Amino acid sequence: MKVRLKVWRQKNEQSEGGFQTYDTPELNPNMSFLEMLDVINEELTEKGEEPIAFDHDCREGICGTCSLTINGKPHGPHRGVATCQTYMRSFHDGETITVEPFRANPFPVIRDLIVNRAAFDKIIQAGGFISVRTGSAPDANNLPVSKEVAELAMDAAACIGCGACVAACKNASAMLFVAAKSSQLNLLPQGKPEKDSRVLALVKTMDEAGFGNCTNQYECSAVCPKLISEDFIARFNRDYIAAGFRSKFSSASSVSAGS
Amino acid sequence: MHKATHFFTSSIGKKVIMAVTGLILIGFVIGHLIGNLQIFAAPEVINSYAHFLQSMGPGLWAVRLFLLAALVLHVWAAVQLTIENRKARPRGYDYDHTIQASYASRTMRWSGFIVLAFLLFHLAHFTVRIGPYDKYNEMTATITHQGQQIEVLDVHSMMVIGFQSPLVSLFYIVAIGLLSIHLSHGIASMFQSVGLLTNRWRNGLANAAIAISVLYFIGNALIPLSVLFGWVDIQNPSLIASL
Repeated sequence: MKVRLKVWRQKNEQSEGGFQTYDTPELNPNMSFLEMLDVINEELTEKGEEPIAFDHDCREGICGTCSLTINGKPHGPHRGVATCQTYMRSFHDGETITVEPFRANPFPVIRDLIVNRAAFDKIIQAGGFISVRTGSAPDANNLPVSKEVAELAMDAAACIGCGACVAACKNASAMLFVAAKSSQLNLLPQGKPEKDSRVLALVKTMDEAGFGNCTNQYECSAVCPKLISEDFIARFNRDYIAAGFRSKFSSASSVSAGS
Repeated sequence: MHKATHFFTSSIGKKVIMAVTGLILIGFVIGHLIGNLQIFAAPEVINSYAHFLQSMGPGLWAVRLFLLAALVLHVWAAVQLTIENRKARPRGYDYDHTIQASYASRTMRWSGFIVLAFLLFHLAHFTVRIGPYDKYNEMTATITHQGQQIEVLDVHSMMVIGFQSPLVSLFYIVAIGLLSIHLSHGIASMFQSVGLLTNRWRNGLANAAIAISVLYFIGNALIPLSVLFGWVDIQNPSLIASL
């Protein structure tokens, strides 16, 4: 099979980007989308042209490094699948495929299809952790966690931080990412002590990074390669309202991050 | 910055404002519809109801100011959120693609803006009665109030005459249609924004929101349509004589 690619090329963050069209050579339909880009890049390199820059790492759908908005949908046509596990057989022979970087102001394009997702790191630094002493492992079952809660926390923890939720959101909101990162900790006993300060700090950092606002359209969970539910957004909204009230009326100084 | 101020200017805080003010406004429009449906009863019914509301005095103004505050906050939050959302994605996608966002959710700004414009007309038309609608003030009817016959504004005739203009009726029906579309997203969305929604009743609520919106549209559209088709007519003897 062969496809025609309409790819976003941009030299660096400052330069104006634009689309360029490439016709692929004969492809194996069982190639992954990234392998197809590798083939094009080999051709470009042989011709002495600059290869298309794109993010990739594990290529087995777990690291969250690959991105790409393929025909307007982050991570391509399938549900619950990352770009690296999208295969060329999902496209028609001769199809024109539009490939764009994730589009969001807090995710500036570094080059071609690579965006800087450091805004997510800032969010994690603000509240995506628990403060515990390291050392020997605690006794088993010292902190009881029911199976339901453990499963729910695990559902949230499945987030690989790829940023597809931001890319798909009509408003470039980071709510699904932030809600997942918050819930995975808030649900468990280890995360509970810092719940309020975490939630307040996460929202503050998310807002300052310039992400948009959730309008409850759930495009995020529809593109999430880990199918994280918008339920976590509702949970996060609830946690934020509760934290806001408690920080307003509590005399304890523990809740300071949101002030 | 004060903590409460920060809360209500944060992204989620503004969404909470949208949800709470939205709930207040939904309560109002549904109450307003129920009041208006009295047009299908005898003229005395809606005329007495209108007189009851207008005789509330300061209470009426308290409700009006409360609703105005809710509306102002709703629009203010919407404008702020929209500006931020536009800034968050200065360059959109070349290949526009929507997976599951409803038509209503994608047109909230437009439906809201047009309904706001309609609201101004509606207030000038039936509430303030200015310009060409000044003549409504001269229409009076007699109702029995606490055993006494009193002269009140003939709201029944005012509505009938108001909707006898096909253009005005069309504007009302279009605006109410847009408001219904607006509500079909808003009713479900507000529960998510305040964190009350879970997957157990997410689909149920979305369907209920559509059902409520459809019923709301039918109820409202029936009023101008009934006038246009002559099902509801002027019953004020002095007005009939002058026609």
